[in-house]
Amino acid sequence: MKRIALIGMPNAGKSTLFNRMSGASAKVANWPGVTVDLLSAKLLIAGQMAELVDLPGIYDLHGFSDDEQVVRHFLCNNSIDLVLIVANATQVDRQLTLALQLKSLGLPAVLLLNMADEAKQQGITINAQQLGEELGYPATLLSAKYGQGYAETYKLIESELQKSEAMPTLSLENDFAVDQAVEDKLEQIIRHSVDVPVQAGHSTTEKIDKVMLHPWLGLPLFFGIMFLMFQAVYTLGAPLQDSVAWLLEGFRDIALAPLLSGLPTLLNSFLLEGVFDGVATVASFVPVIILFFLFMAIIEDSGYLSRAAFLMDALMTKMGLDGRSFVMLLMGFGCNVPALMGTRTMRSRGLRLLTMMVIPFSLCSARLQVFVFMTTALFAPSQAPLVLFSLYMMTFATVIITALLFKGQFNSQEPFALELPPYRFPTTRQMLLRGWHEIRHFLRRATKFITLGVVLVWILTHMPFGVEPASAASWSGWIGEFMSPILSPAGINPELTVALIFGFVAKEIVIGALAVIYGLEGSSLMQGIAQQIDWVQAYSFMLFTLIYTPCLATVATLRAEAKSAWYTALSLAWPMTLAWTISTGFYQTARYLGY
Amino acid sequence: MTTLYSLSALSPGQSATVQALHVDSGFQFRLNALGFRIGKPLELIRIAPFNGPLHIKLGNTEVMLRRQDAANIEVLM
Ligand SMILES: Nc1nc2c(ncn2[C@@H]2O[C@H](COP(=O)(O)OP(=O)(O)OP(=O)(O)O)[C@@H](O)[C@H]2O)c(=O)[nH]1
Ligand SMILES: [Mg+2]
Repeated sequence: MKRIALIGMPNAGKSTLFNRMSGASAKVANWPGVTVDLLSAKLLIAGQMAELVDLPGIYDLHGFSDDEQVVRHFLCNNSIDLVLIVANATQVDRQLTLALQLKSLGLPAVLLLNMADEAKQQGITINAQQLGEELGYPATLLSAKYGQGYAETYKLIESELQKSEAMPTLSLENDFAVDQAVEDKLEQIIRHSVDVPVQAGHSTTEKIDKVMLHPWLGLPLFFGIMFLMFQAVYTLGAPLQDSVAWLLEGFRDIALAPLLSGLPTLLNSFLLEGVFDGVATVASFVPVIILFFLFMAIIEDSGYLSRAAFLMDALMTKMGLDGRSFVMLLMGFGCNVPALMGTRTMRSRGLRLLTMMVIPFSLCSARLQVFVFMTTALFAPSQAPLVLFSLYMMTFATVIITALLFKGQFNSQEPFALELPPYRFPTTRQMLLRGWHEIRHFLRRATKFITLGVVLVWILTHMPFGVEPASAASWSGWIGEFMSPILSPAGINPELTVALIFGFVAKEIVIGALAVIYGLEGSSLMQGIAQQIDWVQAYSFMLFTLIYTPCLATVATLRAEAKSAWYTALSLAWPMTLAWTISTGFYQTARYLGY
Repeated sequence: MTTLYSLSALSPGQSATVQALHVDSGFQFRLNALGFRIGKPLELIRIAPFNGPLHIKLGNTEVMLRRQDAANIEVLM
């Protein structure tokens, strides 16, 4: 099978083209360093099956950050039939160096000058054919995002693929010419075939930046936007969740309950109050999650993340982190796993480890579900978004404490330069892809962990045989009692304790577990919980849930990326300690003050 | 008249051309790839609050660079 590889500088649009060619849904965002691992897809091209590989971006073939190592490793260990060099057409003056380096290795390639739409907008004209001839690679202009020039590009790839013969694997030992000859050649090619108007630039971006990066408006704007976003997720999401819960409840009462009524009591309870109630309660939050990720998609694709890094870098530096760490925390709001992987762009190990240490505090979308649930159950609709926002601020507070405490251990002085790409907006297609991606992600977690989790909770609450479900006599009651000396100072009762234990696997299970433990579902579950605990306990529980541990997938990623057992142990033990201290501190203070 | 400065000495709105990069080779490759090459014109657009990083425009590329790293880049004004 022929192998085609996408190579180019970060943020050039490789993953966008990969998605367009293969129909896959690789993550696309306007931030250099989104793809940090190999991703491959099969496609039928030129009458045969071929493997298309999306790679992390590289600035040059010398690169030695972990994401760039992935590319080097790939080039050295695989034979490649055709390289698609993706370059940003508006920045050919610097992005062509990579093409020249690849040329010096003799790789079979085509040069795809992407973002032709933006080049046109800025009045940049490129004579692709002439450029290609001077470079020695066929070249074409293309917009991977909007599709202009895609048909021609595809034809070009087809014909080059038929011509090419696989290159044996490379050795990248030889030193690449960064020498003057390459530079001169570059200058010459550009002079001949590229015409850039004197005033080229993104004038809209400049205007937006005047406001967004304003010396003293910038940071308040950042927090303002964040607040509005979470307010919107809550106000739009809570009713959506309610409607889905209502539909599922209707389905249960009208169809499922009568259907299962003939079964023995215990089996009936297992299927209805265990599996169905648990999974349905979690599933009712899917719309909230989709909504949240649509907002995330817009923010990630806007290019604002780099601006956030710019605004926060000075403050983050004081904690031993940097602007990129801050961006990874923001990405962690979606899911901690890709945020941890995203730290591969950092070259200094100390910085990377410290950043990975704080990312798990980032309030991810799974924890968001628990908090939307708890805040809706225990707070007035007007207060709920504020409570939610305060938990996001808790993320930052725990990050600050942790970073200040551990920065001595993880020292770094890494010089870095970060691109600020122009502002962009995702297409509807990109947003739909993202929504679809998240649904699939949920379904995968649901089949893997969530169902299993609620089944286990059902067993714990209903065994030994014949006990009152979830009573002190049941297994879950024993566990709750056993843990109670530790968790009751934080106001966390035995029922919540059992939910927390399962939350270690995945936070979605927490809500599913509560449904099973209380034997209720939908709005009656919320009412049931509101009768059992007050807001102080609920807030303490949420603080604990936020801090104590990320999910199993995050811990596994942490371990794989850090490749150190003691580091993994530390990043499990420390949040646990911190969670207990903060929750207990909050709970006892609130009670002392008479709440 | 032209004078040599370190990039960190520029004020927002000022332009200059890159003269020398006094940085380790790894970072030099990165800077080169981002467009910092001898003779290239650049402009300092703004500086982040709290004495934060510099926002620099080179050709059609915008980058942020910390003050202490910019101090190692020599420019001609
Ligand atoms: N205007 C325009 N934007 C594009 C085009 N292709 C990609 N983009 C945008 O450029 C940004 C980066 O795209 P990606 O596909 O994630 O780039 P990448 O090369 O995979 O980036 P890394 O994985 O970070 O190396 C996203 O905001 C895309 O929507 C294009 O042809 N025109
Ligand atoms: Mg990518």
